[in-house]
Amino acid sequence: MNVVVDLNRCQGYAQCAFLAPQVFTMHGEESLLYTPVIAEDQDERVRRAAAACPVQAIVVGKEAGSGAR
Amino acid sequence: MRGEPRDGRIVIVGASLAGLRAAEKLRAEGFAGSLTLVGEEPQPPYDRPPLSKQVLLGKVPAENTGLPQRREVDAEWRLGVRATGLDPFGKRVLLADGEEVSFDRLLIATGTRARPWPNPAEAALDGVFTLRTSDDAGRLAERLDAGPRRVLVIGAGFTGSEIASACRERGLEVTVAERGPAPLVGALGGTLGTLATRLQRAHGVDLRCGVTVTALEGNGRLTGAQFSDGTRIDADVAVVALGAVRNTEWLAESGLAAGPRGVTCDAGCRAFDMYGIVTDDIFAAGDVARFPHPLFEYQLLSLEHWGNAVAQAEVAAHNMVNPGPRRRPHLTVPAFWSSQFGLNIKSVGVPTFSDQVVIAQGSLKDARLVAVYGYRGRVTAAVSVNQAKWLEYYQRLIETAAPFPPAPGAADRPESLVPVPSDVPDPKMLSHGPTVALTGHLPDRRLTVVQPAR
Ligand SMILES: Cc1cc2nc3c(=O)[nH]c(=O)nc-3n(C[C@H](O)[C@H](O)[C@H](O)COP(=O)(O)OP(=O)(O)OC[C@H]3O[C@@H](n4cnc5c(N)ncnc54)[C@H](O)[C@@H]3O)c2cc1C
Ligand code: SF4
Repeated sequence: MNVVVDLNRCQGYAQCAFLAPQVFTMHGEESLLYTPVIAEDQDERVRRAAAACPVQAIVVGKEAGSGAR
Repeated sequence: MRGEPRDGRIVIVGASLAGLRAAEKLRAEGFAGSLTLVGEEPQPPYDRPPLSKQVLLGKVPAENTGLPQRREVDAEWRLGVRATGLDPFGKRVLLADGEEVSFDRLLIATGTRARPWPNPAEAALDGVFTLRTSDDAGRLAERLDAGPRRVLVIGAGFTGSEIASACRERGLEVTVAERGPAPLVGALGGTLGTLATRLQRAHGVDLRCGVTVTALEGNGRLTGAQFSDGTRIDADVAVVALGAVRNTEWLAESGLAAGPRGVTCDAGCRAFDMYGIVTDDIFAAGDVARFPHPLFEYQLLSLEHWGNAVAQAEVAAHNMVNPGPRRRPHLTVPAFWSSQFGLNIKSVGVPTFSDQVVIAQGSLKDARLVAVYGYRGRVTAAVSVNQAKWLEYYQRLIETAAPFPPAPGAADRPESLVPVPSDVPDPKMLSHGPTVALTGHLPDRRLTVVQPAR
């Protein structure tokens, strides 16, 4: 699974960093850094983080075009 | 049936952010015909913003920034092959491998590439890099891992500044050279440029403004650089961050209004031909597009922003399958973010479309603020530094052309509510190209023909 965050929307409230700390971390006070390719055992946590994001900034899905490799 | 909006053949050239999001939207809107994506890079679509952030910090491998799909896309992907031409009469895209693909409707989403160092021999020195692709980022990250003695960053726009920030965070010595008076000044004007200068210096960057790099030295390997003020430094890595070049050369013979500023299109993403006549089957979206925006007096904007690529791709896709009055305009307020030197910088509107700026909330001293930009008495942009939550409020002021200066924010007392000149320099004065360019009103390509390289 892959993840991307629309950082124009993100307000930096860090709910995702709390729910899936291995994937989302705060960098400085307000900047969010994340790991775009997530390990399988993180899927559930990342989905929960995406659902909890107050501005729906997190997109989770299969890697795009992966069939094209 | 061919010619039916939800049927026929659609080809997308450029298989990155805009191309992917358009493909998804086409299928979401019920497009049932054949869909082909042509992309020069061999990788499936990946995200570029992490390349100068997570990847250079060593937190994410360069090949691991693949974009998630938002839905299944039934499409043929032709990756690793460049489009070399467009035949508008035969409605064919010509490919570098000698093949061609026919289309009923075409989306141009070929984005930009890094502007190379102008001296090819110097650019070829081992240790000289640009940063646009994941391959670029992988090579640069590897070199930073090896612990160079000094990194020279040429150009202090957003990308150059983020690279310098990542290097300092890794503890590497960094020199930044910028021809303009300050970092970020081309995008954000004088007030925030001064703040960026202070921050870079506080983080230990050897920042040199008002100079150009006159030579990169080395014999096979980069060893140093000379500056226009007569000084020189030793450096074993140089990152050329001079801005972007639009990938429009493949359209040179297409008869479209395509040039160095992009492919001109209307508010519905339909491309103009070279006479300024709008086409009805060729669309453009993302970094390669140049489009009119009503909030900025219908001037044609060229944006290099992630959010614009997504929003414009969706509008283009919608309009490709919804003819006539069901078409939608691309009116999204421009927005971008950058993270550097511990700060989260976010922008809405077009800060360079301004004559004045005021710190409406917070303070420069604390590097926590909202700067609001005005043009002839109305709000045209706002930039937050570690104050992102307020930006939405100012976005509404921009959308409603609210009077400038804005009423004081209720939340906290700003330093001063007196607007000062926004001091946006002429882009010609900067090392790097602008990531937002207001390019006048003329859709045709007479003023923007592709000039042969000097
Ligand atoms: C290092 C870096 C950091 C960034 N950080 C930010 C940020 O913090 N915030 C922000 O808002 N934006 C940021 N951006 C900008 C953002 O990534 C772009 O706006 C976005 O990638 C634009 O997407 P696009 O699909 O229009 O173009 P691109 O991503 O440029 O994709 C165009 C694709 O078309 C392909 N192509 C080109 N010519 C041809 C051809 N003739 N035939 C076939 N294929 C072709 C290219 O290979 C490429 O894959 C950053 C960009 C970079 C490089
Ligand atoms: S939960 Fe959403 S808004 Fe909050 S930091 Fe994460 S992505 Fe940003």
